[in-house]
Amino acid sequence: MFHGFQFVKMSSRKSKSNNLIHAEYLSQVQRILRERFCHQSPHSNLFGVQVQYKHLIELLKRTAIHGESNSVLIIGPRGSGKTMLINHALKELMEVEEVSENVLQVHLNGLLQINDKIALKEITRQLNLENVVGDKVFGSFAENLSFLLEALKRGDRSSSCPVIFILDEFDLFAHHKNQTLLYNLFDISQSAQTPLAVIGLTCRLDILELLEKRVKSRFSHRQIHLMNSFGFPQYLKIFKEQLSLPAEFPDKIFTEKWNENVQCLTEDRSVREVLQKHFNVSKNLRSLHMLLMLALNRVTTSHPFVTAADLMEANQLCSMDSKANIVHGLSVLEICLIIAMKHLNDIYEEEPFNFQMVYNEFQKFVQRKAHSVYNFEKPVVMKAFEHLQQLELIRPMERTSVNTQREYQLMKLLLDNTQIMNALQKYPNCPTDVRQWATSSLSWL
Amino acid sequence: MPHLENVVLCRESQVSILQSLFGERHHFSFPSIFIYGHTASGKTYVTQTLLKTLELPHVFMNCVECFTSRLLLEQILNKLNHLRSSEGGCSTHITCETFNDFVRLFKQITKAESLKDQTVYIVLDKAEYLRDMEANLLPGFLRLQELTDRNVTVLFLSEIVWEKFRPNTGCFEPFVLYFPDYSIGNLQKILSHDHPPEYSADFYAAYINILLGVFYTVCRDLKELRHLAVLNFPKYCEPVVKGEANERDTRKLWRNIEPHLKRAMQTVYLREISSSQWEKVQKDDTDPAQLKGLSAYTHVELPYYSKFILIAAYLASYNPARTDKRFFLKHHGKIKKTSFLKKHEKITSLVTLQLLTLVGHDDQLDGPKYKCTVSLDFIRAIARTVNFDIIKYLYDFL
Repeated sequence: MFHGFQFVKMSSRKSKSNNLIHAEYLSQVQRILRERFCHQSPHSNLFGVQVQYKHLIELLKRTAIHGESNSVLIIGPRGSGKTMLINHALKELMEVEEVSENVLQVHLNGLLQINDKIALKEITRQLNLENVVGDKVFGSFAENLSFLLEALKRGDRSSSCPVIFILDEFDLFAHHKNQTLLYNLFDISQSAQTPLAVIGLTCRLDILELLEKRVKSRFSHRQIHLMNSFGFPQYLKIFKEQLSLPAEFPDKIFTEKWNENVQCLTEDRSVREVLQKHFNVSKNLRSLHMLLMLALNRVTTSHPFVTAADLMEANQLCSMDSKANIVHGLSVLEICLIIAMKHLNDIYEEEPFNFQMVYNEFQKFVQRKAHSVYNFEKPVVMKAFEHLQQLELIRPMERTSVNTQREYQLMKLLLDNTQIMNALQKYPNCPTDVRQWATSSLSWL
Repeated sequence: MPHLENVVLCRESQVSILQSLFGERHHFSFPSIFIYGHTASGKTYVTQTLLKTLELPHVFMNCVECFTSRLLLEQILNKLNHLRSSEGGCSTHITCETFNDFVRLFKQITKAESLKDQTVYIVLDKAEYLRDMEANLLPGFLRLQELTDRNVTVLFLSEIVWEKFRPNTGCFEPFVLYFPDYSIGNLQKILSHDHPPEYSADFYAAYINILLGVFYTVCRDLKELRHLAVLNFPKYCEPVVKGEANERDTRKLWRNIEPHLKRAMQTVYLREISSSQWEKVQKDDTDPAQLKGLSAYTHVELPYYSKFILIAAYLASYNPARTDKRFFLKHHGKIKKTSFLKKHEKITSLVTLQLLTLVGHDDQLDGPKYKCTVSLDFIRAIARTVNFDIIKYLYDFL
């Protein structure tokens, strides 16, 4: 590992060797930052959730060390840090000596275990009790679960190992038949059989409405809310901390230069504007990470530090209107059909229309003297109409049936007038007569 | 990548964005990337070419081909298995029924020496069909990196925008990348690229210019335009081949090809006739209007009485009831009465052909009501074959 300042002294080879150093360090920077932004590495700090964290870690300690059974729900919108919070808490918990030998963890996810049978098999697998269960057949779910927990009892002591259940996408478990898994878990956590901690993570604020009465009554009604409750100044601090390199980075001088650059960015007005715009749309850290990752993409050996322009470009990429992009690529005939639909919507106040109506409206435009270049055969126009349907820019009101012919099926346009007019502005080489038709359907004025 | 630019035209900026997103082999990348753009805008081609050229471990899946979750998951696992044991030796077929098993087996497979420490890419083409499969597939794939705790990135390719994919309770948001449509200049460049070696590039470029002039306002799909370019080129070259004009006589060439292209728009473009029929037309120089097309009216051969039943049904469906007397009193002897049973059979066969449809409930035994669902052009063609002037009898044409 060479020290940076040795090369700096040799001024003749300065730029070339600087480049070499930069390349190696940049690769490391990419590695560290990418892990932080994309993989949610566990070294990240907790921003603004210290109170919730304390609550959670206390609860876990009570189960793990004192054998008390507990249940809690962690509720917060997507990207607010629920999984990160629990992972942090578990990491700290496992650092306690007596805990790491004793406590077992079972991680379940509503997306993976889509019914209770699979969930039970997964629990058996994670508790390493597959051999113990063997080929036994159980009468009910409850029997099976209590057998598993019995099997965890230690030989000499009468009490069994504490188990921590983490249920991610908790609301999906509430859709299982009879909510058997939830009922049994909460039931055991209320009765004193095994020290059990049930921690559910969900994005639904109305989660308690989804639980059946008997399940709800066994739940302790403890909830931890993560509501992204920080303001813009703290958002800026988070931005700075996320983009800075950690102190353990091998080269001190490079780290200093990089972090100084980040500080300048924080004070730059255009960067603040970009961040304010981003903050106004979405507060959560996940979208901030996406922005930072896009800006990081533009860092290369010839462009070694993130600049304000990078962040502005990144913001542009994040906030494109995708439907407008799709309209940009339509053919002129398809644009004409959309304009005809727009006029029908204006005249008939958003009533559904069918292909024949759109075709008639289009013909009114075509029959004006100068527009005979758009006089296409009806089947050609129908093909363009079907293409719009394939792109899901128009949608049938009810599912296609054989009872009505295709031309007479009622449809709805999924673009509104402002979107259409904006898209027309950006449409490349838009013929002037088409554009004029868009602004007014009245041909005799 | 210098040679990549020759293989992938007009897509430099998308290629560079993707390359920088992928980063170095062992770096993490976005857990999921959603690429959208019009059909034939190069999404599949660019992604495949880039992954192959950079030799990154990847699995390419088509969601139309693998339309159930089991097919999709099993194929991904088996392809990955092939990747990791690339020294040949046929490994056993892996079965996987649920997403839970998929995650578990995926973790096992990616522990292999050849796959760990590198990002593994899973590409799901035609991703809009994922919305119709099991509900946990799409959110599961979006967070596959987190669920498996491995370095994996899932790419979704689709022509539908991301907003129509998002599940009700939200999901892990992917990075959304737009593949812009080709401009007319780009289309010209790409289409001129596959000119046959016997003719000069300028000659072919002039032909493409004419082709785009006819078709560009109607269709911008690169696949369709390429197909039309290939099909009609022999006709374009005809005057040169016959010796009537040389390569630079643009006016003559244009006059020869333009009506032909216009006819192509009404037939081959609409798939009314097949491309082999079209090629025959060019060779034999017959009038394409005389060709038996693929559309309904030329293929349905109805028996004589069924045609009259259909015409009567059309008139009954479209004329208001009070005008029947006006049309039919004098001519009522023209239509012979057939036995009741035969009429019933003919009506059911017309229903099967979807020329008539049943209106109202099936349990109305005494009087099932039907409606005629053919277009005016169709019924005119049928009426013409029995020498019946239907226009005289239609109320709307009075």
